[in-house]
Order: sequence, then structure tokens, then C-alpha cells
Amino acid sequence: MLSEEEVKHIAKLARIRLTDEEIKKFSTQLTDILEYVKILEEVDTKDVEPTSQVTGLKDVTREDVVVSNLATGEDLLKCSPLPIQNNQIKVKPVIKQ
Amino acid sequence: MDLTNLTLKEASEGLKSKKFSSVDLTKAYFERIKKVDKNLHAYVLQTEEQALKDAENADKVLAKNEGSTLTGIPCALKDIFNTKGVRTTCCSKILENFVPPYDATIVKKLKESGVVFLGKTNMDEFACGGSTEYSCFGPTSNPWDINRVAGGSSGGSAAAVASDMAVFALGTDTGGSIREPASFCGCTGLKVTYGRVSRSGVTALASSWDTIGTFAKTVEDAATILQVIAGHDDLDSTTPDKPVPDYLKNIDKGVKGLKIGIPKEYFGEGIDAGVHEVVMAAVKEYEKMGAEIIEVSLPMTKYAVSVYYVTMPAELSANLARFDGIRYGRKPQDEGGDLLDYYLSARGEGFSDEIKRRIMIGTYVLSAGYYDAYYKKAQKVRTLIIKDFEAAFKKVDVLISPVAPIPAWKIGEKMNNPLSIYLADALTIPINAAGVPAMSIPAGFVKGDDSDLPVGIQIIGPQFSEELLFQVGCAYQKVTDWHNKRSSKI
Repeated sequence: MLSEEEVKHIAKLARIRLTDEEIKKFSTQLTDILEYVKILEEVDTKDVEPTSQVTGLKDVTREDVVVSNLATGEDLLKCSPLPIQNNQIKVKPVIKQ
Repeated sequence: MDLTNLTLKEASEGLKSKKFSSVDLTKAYFERIKKVDKNLHAYVLQTEEQALKDAENADKVLAKNEGSTLTGIPCALKDIFNTKGVRTTCCSKILENFVPPYDATIVKKLKESGVVFLGKTNMDEFACGGSTEYSCFGPTSNPWDINRVAGGSSGGSAAAVASDMAVFALGTDTGGSIREPASFCGCTGLKVTYGRVSRSGVTALASSWDTIGTFAKTVEDAATILQVIAGHDDLDSTTPDKPVPDYLKNIDKGVKGLKIGIPKEYFGEGIDAGVHEVVMAAVKEYEKMGAEIIEVSLPMTKYAVSVYYVTMPAELSANLARFDGIRYGRKPQDEGGDLLDYYLSARGEGFSDEIKRRIMIGTYVLSAGYYDAYYKKAQKVRTLIIKDFEAAFKKVDVLISPVAPIPAWKIGEKMNNPLSIYLADALTIPINAAGVPAMSIPAGFVKGDDSDLPVGIQIIGPQFSEELLFQVGCAYQKVTDWHNKRSSKI
């Protein structure tokens, strides 16, 4: 069972504000999902390697040079809903005064 | 002549022989969209002005007897593909005003081949869902019964192709998001091998599961489209540098002597009797065509949904961390006093329930103390699922199964029970787990209360065997006409 306290904690880690009503609803729904996936416990996975890539590719590397010419920095800054100052996005203060 | 019920092949031949122009074709499609889409809501954005300009340009190319098979062909894109200068929302409020500054690789490839984009299609928010009900624009209806879902997450693309509102449409498939809606709406839906098509410029969901594919009117059309979009891309390091075969080369070879496996776990409990009947009738058809039918077992099948709902949300929670209302998308109404407040509001207001659920599941299973029990365990079980498929493909060439255990459900019916929607993907998720390709093709109908509902079969092959899937699918479409059926209700 995922308690309402736990839901609040996870929501904060995930940077999502929830209403009290949502906390209640998600506590039940997330518990249902986590209960359901418990079925995995019955599988014997001793000596089984976890999968991280399915087609066998490994260590795909390239030269460390900028090649992307898809968009300019200016184009990307235009996507922000916040004010732009000196080519940077101006965000809310991180540390309260 | 009705221009909108032509296949890609027929439309392309008509353009090349100057029976009609791309402008004629494009106009016919917009007329069709205006007539039909008010009932279906497959499109979330129509780009008519640009489309007509592109059609005029295509006609200039065609007039010189130049261009490709796709030149001048009107098609649609799921609203998850970045399109330069054209709003791309992932059907999420958090991206409601996002206009990408660049094209996804496959959008670029399609543009270079001369297609005409009609617009962007509806989907579950960030492609999370199986019914397109989780779209911030509202659901897409099924062309066969507008009170039912089109399937999802690529429901808009499926409904558009199945109701002749596009010659073809692109979608994405992470756990069934192309095959399930293709089955529900009655069109051909191809999910490729993991890495076969570049995902650069396509919003990531679960990076070790995501694939891109197409909805088409026939298997042959799907092969033609894959020919254009497949291949290595420097911008997507998961695309192997493997040659792209000629997908049409063996398409007429038939299935004589091929071994077709019937995975018994895909026909068990929970499968609708009508769906079962349709799939077995198709298997009989293959037997008649000379294929050898062999029962096989994929014993790990029942664990796939659980593997998915641990690893998929984990990867999703990491991928969607970038949506914070700072670099893209919308500013929250309640900006708050500091940065943390701003993040909490931007994401709390911008994501709807299903995304919040999945991000929180992902955050939970990746958090300290739970990682080994959930994420690592799931990735180990995933290895066993892959081994199941490897063993099966030692015995048979392809597998045939149902796509979804049930046909399209009523809009709203499952909204309060997210787990029941997850289970609709039980027969498509294992395929993504193993990274193998699969295709859904129309194979018949089951009785709904108001209307007959389409049912597809799923053809599954080993990694990079798309050529074989086309061969097997095309053989069926030569002896049946399920793929030509259209709803008379719209």
C-alpha cells in the first residue's frame, strides 16, 4: 500500500504539485499498479543478466565536436515562455532571500 | 472517381500518369476531412495552406517525370513528430504552444521524398495510453462506431487512414500504440524492429522501447513507406548501420513452405471469443496457402505487462523531466515565488492524470531502496522474454497472434480503471520488450452492439525481418479483402 504521505513524497521528487483529492486517488491507483507488478517476484531470475539494449549495439561513440545544425541557440531560446536576458532564460530565484 | 479511397500505390500511379494532380488529391483529402473529421476528431491540426503549396511544388516535379513513389502523396503525422514551424503538442497541455525549431529526421526524409503533410493527428498525451482518451484535445472516435475508442496511443493516425482522411500516417509504438489502434480501426499498422527507424526529433517516452512506424491501406503501401524512412541516422545512436533491404523484392513470394508459429499463451484467458475466431480463421487461410502451422510456447508472456509498467514509467519519468515550463511549452498560471514552486506548478498544471501516474510510478521504482526490487528485476525478466522469442524463432519463421484481447471499447468505459487499459496491451507489449518487428492487418469483424468492429491479426518476426512480415502480410491481403472494407457510418 502506498500511503498518502508516500505519494506526497514521490510527487515532490517528481516535481508535480498535487491537490488533496489527487493524492487520495493516486494513492489507491498507484497501489493497484504496484500490487499488479509484484507478479514479477515469482520469476526465478538467478544468474539472469538484466537487459539494457535489445539489438546488441554497444558503446556507440562519435568525435566530440558540435555537428548539429538543426537549430540556432536563438531559435531554441524562442521556445521558452520566460524572459530572455543576455542569451539566457531568466528563471525564478533558487534561494529565497 | 473518388480520389480518397486509393491506396498509396494507386495514388502514386495516378499522379505519375497525370490522371490527377497532387493538388486535386490534396483538395479531395481536405474535403473528406471536412466532411468526416467533425465526427471522428482524428486531426488536432490541419495545415491546409502549406499542404496546397507543397502539392503545387510536387506537381511541378511530377510534370518533369521526376520524384519518388511518395511525391505528391497526402499523409498525416502523429502530433509527437517535431515539425519545423508547425505546432507539436504531444497532445499535452504542457506543450500546448510548442513550435519546434527543427524537423524530426523522418519528417525531413518524407519532405525530401515530396510528400504533402495534411496535418497532425490526435494521440494519448505523450503517447501514454491505449485509447486516445488521454489527449488534452479530447478523444478520437472509432470510424466503425463513433461511441467507441479508436485505440491508442496513435488513435488519430489509425482513424485517419481507416476513414480515408490520409493515404498513410505515421505513428509511434512503445507497447502497442500502432498495432492496437490499427486493429481497432481496421487498417495496416507496422511496428518496426527497435532501431530500424530514427527517433531523432520524436519526443521520447521509454527510450529502450520506443519505435516508429506507419499506418497504411495495404501491406504493400507500408513496405513502400518503410523504404523511405528506414535506416541509420547519426542523430539517433540506437539505429544500427545495417543495410535497408528492398522491401518490395519478395513481397509477392507467398507463404508456401513457411513455418508459422501460433503462440498458445496469446490465445488463453481473457481473449474475446469473437477475436479468437477471427484470428483462427486467418490461420486457416495461411494453412490453405501452404504454410505449416506449428503451436509454440512463449511461457514468459504473462509477465510482459508487469515488466513494461515498471521499466516504461521509469524511463518516462527521466525523459519527461525536461518538461518543466522553462525551456519549452507553457508558463503555469500560478508561477509561485521560487524555482521549486514554478516547477511544481508547471508540471502539476501541465500534465494530466495518466502522465502524473506514470511519472510517479517511475520515480518510485527508481528511488533509493526500490531500484533492485523493481527496475533491475524487471530488466532481468525482460531478458527471459527475449529468450522466449529467440527459442520460438528457431522453430518457426513468423508468429501469428491476436493484436488485442478485446475489440474497441466504449469511450469513457475504462477511464476510472487505468490497469484495465494497460491489459489491452498484453499481447503487443512482449514484442516491444524483445525489440522485434510486428504488423497488424485487418482480418475480420466481431459483433458490437451497434456495429461490427474490426479485428486485426498480429504477424511477428525476428529482429530486422520486416521484409518477411511484408511477404506474409501481402499473401493474406491477396486472398482476402478485409483491408478494403470501409465503414458506411461516417
